[in-house]
Amino acid sequence: MADVDVIVVGAGPAGSAAALSVARTGRSVLLIERGPFPGSKNMYGGVIYGRVLDSLIPHWWEEAPIQRWVTRRSTMIMTPTQALTVDFRTESWAKPPYNGATAYRPDFDAWLADHAVAAGAQLVCSTTVTGLIREHGRVVGVRTDRPDGDLRADVVIACDGVNSFLAKEAGLYTHTDASHFTVGVKETLALPREVIEERFGIRGTDGVDIEIIGCTDKIPGGGFIYTNLDTIAVGLVLQLPALAAQGRRPEELIAQLKAHAAVAPLVEGGELKEYSAHVIPEAGFSMMPELVTDGMLVAGDAAAMCLAAGIWLEGVNFAIGAGMAAGQAAVEALRLGDVSATGLAGYRRRLESGFVLSDHRKLSGVPSLVMSERAQHTMPQLAANVVERIFTVNNPRPKPGFGRIVRDELTASGVKMRDLVKDALVAAKGFG
Amino acid sequence: MIDPIRYPDVSFADRMDLVDFRVDPDRAHITVDGDACQGCTTKACVVACPADLFVPRADGGILFNYEQCFECGTCYLVCNTEGAITWTYPEGGHGVVFRRT
Repeated sequence: MADVDVIVVGAGPAGSAAALSVARTGRSVLLIERGPFPGSKNMYGGVIYGRVLDSLIPHWWEEAPIQRWVTRRSTMIMTPTQALTVDFRTESWAKPPYNGATAYRPDFDAWLADHAVAAGAQLVCSTTVTGLIREHGRVVGVRTDRPDGDLRADVVIACDGVNSFLAKEAGLYTHTDASHFTVGVKETLALPREVIEERFGIRGTDGVDIEIIGCTDKIPGGGFIYTNLDTIAVGLVLQLPALAAQGRRPEELIAQLKAHAAVAPLVEGGELKEYSAHVIPEAGFSMMPELVTDGMLVAGDAAAMCLAAGIWLEGVNFAIGAGMAAGQAAVEALRLGDVSATGLAGYRRRLESGFVLSDHRKLSGVPSLVMSERAQHTMPQLAANVVERIFTVNNPRPKPGFGRIVRDELTASGVKMRDLVKDALVAAKGFG
Repeated sequence: MIDPIRYPDVSFADRMDLVDFRVDPDRAHITVDGDACQGCTTKACVVACPADLFVPRADGGILFNYEQCFECGTCYLVCNTEGAITWTYPEGGHGVVFRRT
């Protein structure tokens, strides 16, 4: 006999969105969180895109615990001594319905969980789910570390994060490849609000998101700087096997980024408030597990629903979108009285017709392109050298033509035309 | 290059002391099998663990402490010795607690 209709494991964005969707239909739902409060275990590189929330919590921007609204988006191509930045700013992202926002995850996740509770979900914190209860191959509940901690439900929704022991226990991942993961490391640095506004060229609650490529030595990855109200976040994402092989520790690589001529003036004097780390599923569509089994669904980082496609770096929105779809699919299966994989198949259909799987499928080739040696090192150096030569006035010599500079630098970089064409085709397929 | 003396970085110990870890005194959520580590030449965990919890021992094994762990999973993902690292989550309510405003 089930204790509740649905158990959701993990009160991150996926779990709270799932619990909220279930609770609103009047079904009983238990939301289990291992931390002392939702968000306490969660950390990210920084921007939440809230459009997915519009249908779930109308006018969410009036109440969500946002730090700053991103109105300025910079993409920086870096070499040890150069930086080439594409810097975009728009006033339209500074007003409702907004676009991206910075927020502290312990604030944001707790806020979203509060909505699930207000809708009737029962939140249980400080409780670790230790495994699945299965009968005849079907998931019928979870084991927890509480005394008499077995809990039964008709449907379990696993939103237990990137390490998802539940998805692995259920056999939904066929293998785990360390090269599909990065570790994100981040420093939160306190600076006076007016200093942040001065340095980043912003006012009020406007914010900046700077994404950096070429700042991770020989390790595939990238860097980021985000503004909060009175702190900035600076950090790196580093591909796991390459990090281990290169032999330099994550905090050394952050120190190197902070010392770069393009970054040092932004972070100077910032007082370290917190150092944090989290693993990120980086390979997108190609690493996703089976999403459904008898009695169970997987959503969010637990299902590798994290988009690391170069110019698009998103995760919280995918988690929320998947959580909503999982909650709706669970309710539909309960109504039809079939919680087998067949009865729960509406989950995948919802994801396929929405952005969660459409974006991942369309951009499936992009993560490996972004992590390639050419995109990570050769092209940043090539681009920075071309621009440096264009802007270097070398009198009394006359200016060389652009074509000449590009040809010279292409030759020097060793990049073959056929490689460029190959990369362009992958990019065109994904971005086109 | 910026003169590093002008921007002194906090020591690693001070860096970790800024983080709230609610340590479970009764149970280590990660265990390392020192014997399994003996034959390992890469010691990937030593380099990659962002909390620097893995220390190589003179005898070829690994010294490990679980108290200041981010629970990120890097160590077992990079480990190439089957069974060397046993990884579970801490008991509910224990372990790392990231900061609210």
